[in-house]
Order: sequence, then C-alpha cells, then structure tokens
Amino acid sequence: MPGPYRETDLTEKVEAFLSDLKRGGSGTGPLRGSAETARETTALLRRITAQVRWSSAGDLMEVIRKEGRRMSAAQPSETTVGNMIRRVLKIIREEYARSRGSSEEADQQESLHKLLTSGGLSEENFRQYFTALKANVIEAINELLTELEGTTDNIAMQALEHIHSNEVIMTIGRSRTVEAFLKDAARKRKFHVIVAECAPFCQGHEMATSLSKDGIETTVITDAAIFAVMSRVNKVIIGTQTVLANGGLRAVNGTHTLALAAKHHSTPLIVCAPINFLFISGEILSKVNVHCPVFDYVPPELITLFISNIGGHAPSYIYRLMSELYHPEDHEL
Amino acid sequence: MKQMVRSFLTYSRKAPLTQQLSIPSAVIHPAIVRLGLQYSQGIVAGSNARSIALLHAFKQVISDYTTPSNEELSRDLVNKLKPYISFLNQCRPLSASMGNAIKYIKKEISNIPSQFKEDDAKKKLLNCIECFIEEKIVLAAKAIAKSSIEKINDGDVILVYGCSSLVNHILCEAFEKGRKFRVIVVDSRPRLEGREALRRLVQKGISCTYVLISAVSYILPEVSKVFLGAHALLANGYVMSRVGTSQIALVAKAFNVPVLVCCETYKFCERVQTDSFVSNELDDPDDLIVTRKGETQLKDWQQVPRLGLLNLVYDVTPPDFVDLVITDLGMIPCTSVPVVLRVKNVDLL
Repeated sequence: MPGPYRETDLTEKVEAFLSDLKRGGSGTGPLRGSAETARETTALLRRITAQVRWSSAGDLMEVIRKEGRRMSAAQPSETTVGNMIRRVLKIIREEYARSRGSSEEADQQESLHKLLTSGGLSEENFRQYFTALKANVIEAINELLTELEGTTDNIAMQALEHIHSNEVIMTIGRSRTVEAFLKDAARKRKFHVIVAECAPFCQGHEMATSLSKDGIETTVITDAAIFAVMSRVNKVIIGTQTVLANGGLRAVNGTHTLALAAKHHSTPLIVCAPINFLFISGEILSKVNVHCPVFDYVPPELITLFISNIGGHAPSYIYRLMSELYHPEDHEL
Repeated sequence: MKQMVRSFLTYSRKAPLTQQLSIPSAVIHPAIVRLGLQYSQGIVAGSNARSIALLHAFKQVISDYTTPSNEELSRDLVNKLKPYISFLNQCRPLSASMGNAIKYIKKEISNIPSQFKEDDAKKKLLNCIECFIEEKIVLAAKAIAKSSIEKINDGDVILVYGCSSLVNHILCEAFEKGRKFRVIVVDSRPRLEGREALRRLVQKGISCTYVLISAVSYILPEVSKVFLGAHALLANGYVMSRVGTSQIALVAKAFNVPVLVCCETYKFCERVQTDSFVSNELDDPDDLIVTRKGETQLKDWQQVPRLGLLNLVYDVTPPDFVDLVITDLGMIPCTSVPVVLRVKNVDLL
C-alpha cells in the first residue's frame, strides 16, 4: 500500500529534520549555515506537498502550517525555517489565485486605492479544487529551491562592484556568504581583511584560516580592538542571522559594537544577506531581552547597504521587499 | 598596516629575553634585571603596580650606589640610570606613569647640592621616592575614592572593564561606606584581566556579574554608570587605556550612560595621539590562539603566508566619549588635561 508507506517515510524525514534543528541550536550538532537550513526546509515542504493527501489549497496550507509550527518550535532562533514556510504559503496562494483566473495584481495588499474601493474583503477560503494546482505548486517550489541554491553565488557576483584594490575590509565572526563574497573579489583584486574573532566561540579564527588559504591577506584581532583598528578600515562587510522588517539586524554578538564604531568613523557598513533572511516583527525585538547574548540587535540607522541575491538595497526598502515575499495573513503561523 | 603587523610578528614572549637584548645583562643591577623579567613575563602588570615596582627597584639601586672618585653624584647617578632605563624599555615599553616617575627622580638627583655628603644625598633621594609613592599614588587613590563615592548612589549598577587597581579601590571603599550597588565586570580576550577584578570584588562581598566585551551592548541598558581606569591621559584630552576601553565608552555613549574615568595626575602625559595605531604596544600574537570544540584553528598561523595576528595592548578614547575625569586635584573634564600639566610644570620649576 503506497499511501501509508509514503506517509511513514515522510514522518521519519520530518522527525529527523526536527531533531537536527534542535541539535543545531544547542551547539552540539554540526553548525549549519542558514542557507542550508533554508534549502532543507524547502525540500521537506516540497516532499510534504507531493506526498500528503490533500484536496484543496486550504488543506495543504493547514498541513504546512501545522508542520511549520512544529519546526519553528524546535529551533525558535532559526528564523529561516519560518520564512521558508511563509514563502511556500505565499506560493500556494499565488498559484491558487492564478488557477482561479484572478490577476495577481488584485491580490497585492497595502494599496490605498484598493482599501477604498474594495468594499469589503472577499472571504477567501481556498476550498476550490484544481487538478493542476499540485503540479503548479511543486513547480513553483522547485523554482524557489533553484533561487536558494543560487543565492550565495548571486551575492558573490556583486563583489567586484563594491571592493576596490588596496582596501582594508573588516568583518566579524564567520559568515559563509561574506566568505564567498570576499573570495570572489579576491580573484581579481588585492585587498586586506581584518577579522574580529568574536569570542567566546571564536569563529573568526575559522574565517581567517579559510580566507588566508585562498590568498587573501588576513589579520585576526580581538573583539576589544575593534574600535582601535576601525580608523584604518575602509569598509565593514558582515553577514547576519536575520534581517528584520524595519531594516534592522539580528546578528552575532558584537555586531552592534562594530556598527557603532563604523558609524563613528563614517565607515560604510555593508550587510550581505540572502533575501530569505527577512523576518517579521522589527522594533519589538529591540525591547525584548534576548535570553542569552548570542545575538545582537543592530538598528537600521547604522547600516549603509544590504547586498542580497537580487541586488543592493537601502535599509529603508526592506519593508517593501518583505511585503512582496510574504502574505500578511501568514505572519502568524 | 601590513608592514606594521609584519615588523612586529617576530615578537614572541617565548624566546629568552636576554637573547633579544642589545645590552648585556651583566652590567645591569640585579634588582633591575629582576624587574625587567617581571615586566616582560607579565608578572607585574598594571600602570600603578609597574610604577611602584620601578620606584622600589630604583631605591635599591640608589642604596647600593657609590660615587666614584672625581665624579659628582648628581651627574653620575643620572648617567648610571640611563642604561637601566633602556634595559627596562626593551623588556617592555615604558608606560607614561613610569616615564613621569623617572623624570621626577632625575630631576631630584640633579637638584642635589654638590656639598651634600654621599650618605645624606642618598637618604634624601630615598626619602623623595617614598614621598612620591605616598603622595602621588597612595594618597591620590584615597582622594579619588573620596570624590568618587559622591558619584555612587544606592541602587546603582556600575560597569567596569578589566582590572584597574584604582577603580577596584574605589568600589571597595564605597562598599565599606555602606553604598548599595552592584557591579558588572566586562572582560576581553586574551588577557582576561576582568577575572582578577572579579575575584577582588567578590571577596569584599560586592555582588557582581561577568560578561565578555562582545555582550556589552546587551547589558548596557541595565547600567547606570561606567567607571574606567586609565593608563595615561594625553595632552589633547584622549584617554589611553587597555584595548577595548574606547569601545565600551563608545557603546555607553550610544546608550546615554555616563562614563567616568579615574586617573591620578602623575599619569598625565604631554604626548598627543589621535588614533590607536601611531604608537601602541604589541603583545604576543600567540595569545590569540585558542582551542574550541577540539580544534585549534590558528595553530600554525606563522606558516600560513597571508595570515597575521594582531594583539594590541592599548587604545585611545576620544574626549567626547568621556563625561568626567576624577583626579586627585578634583573632577575635571577631559579637555582640562593640558591645564593641569601646565600647573604641574610651573610647580616643578
């Protein structure tokens, strides 16, 4: 009986993923990059779409929401899981709307004109059944996966526009996106990188070893020397854990100090983050006590530029990108 | 910047000191040799401790000194001290406080009238050194503690960085006087001096919290005041202190938390400096190597051609980050340092 077999296999996969997430958070498992988590989440969601029995879009969304809640609960600080789920939910809504024949433009929210003329929102309950919906959704998720796989490369391709010869660049801790970014620029330009080690885990050491192996001049400094050294730095390039809706960051410990020092010396601060790092709930995060200071909140005023796989943006534009990626009803899973 | 790092990469505390020196240690007084070794190994650390150790060693030198015939004590002794000072400088660069102490001693020696007998002269010099230590260091600390206690209120949360003997003294005094406060000790790699400060404060019974410097923007919202020690105060108002101090002052300013620097006047220095690079001390880069999760990433960093490690000892804090400097002459803003220097110079004349 193919049905139950597939379902148990699926549940196994989900359980394995959840335990992986939990382990990753406690720091005992292998540290996975956020990009990898995003890819695995999306692959898992595609599997769920393919294998779970559902008859209408509403059912599928319910299933995904349920699984999504479990995944988010397993590792609350890994926001990319929640983001991928919201992206997939948006995809489902779009495909459904396309199947129904209504134009996508009509579904775009936050238009003042629409608010005035809509005259009451039509209750969308996604109950209609379309035969092609499953295939369309899976195809769209495949496109999303391709986009995810290409993010780091897309960001790295923009490196040459931002890094010039003989520049001194500062970074903190270890970010795979920034590593790829710098290595790409190093193929054509010669520059110097200063890495702040980011105690107590000292991931900066790994970053420095990796960069120097690729022929980039690297110097490791302690976290205490960030301000002292900043006067010699031309640009600060960092990665981040999450980009918040107000343009702020949730990044590794010590990033706020780095951002303040850069602001004081009027050094541009560039953040390299794939677009799937966007996360809802901006200003509230700054007033909440993060439980243990593994992350810092960096306000948007300290950031000069975001480099994502779709190009460069100012922090003030982030809210707009977010509205294109996620549907407001999915903000609460 | 590359050149600067490279030129100091050969510095290593592991190599025997005497191999690196240009002055043979045989002609140096044993007390000075011992002192030099204590400096270079980090056994005596902290600007007050180093100055006091230096002055005690000089007392030993002066008591053992005999004027050769046909020589005047006032000139010969100064010449004798020169190689000792270069020796100490090679063991570890002199601090501003040590520089000022040496200037004072030299001045006292040259002011010895020539008709003094050797024993009287030596007695006078030893007395001068005692006075210097007593006035400029011990009594100054008491005066600063008295002024600072007015600035500490009940219920305060005070942030301190690293281990400053003066700041620890102030906090212990305030606690004895009955003020109710708690302390957050910020520490940084690789020296981790904050642990020593933590030990001293906890022994007194003060309730403390301990964080690393990367967490400072996380705990600053709870803090009501920041007390910092200083290695030297420069003539343009910049505060030279342990690396990381300027960062703490920067973040405190961003959160509108008052920053108070405590510094004795004998540490005021006539140098000017605007950033931490033009003149700084470099410490052993191998101190940065650490093992995490069973892996030592930077183990063979010297073999990797493009990898460098930078271990700065000091940094300078701009005066706009500092709200108040508490000295034995009173509470002054950072920009009044040259005024104090001028007054002091007039005194010495």
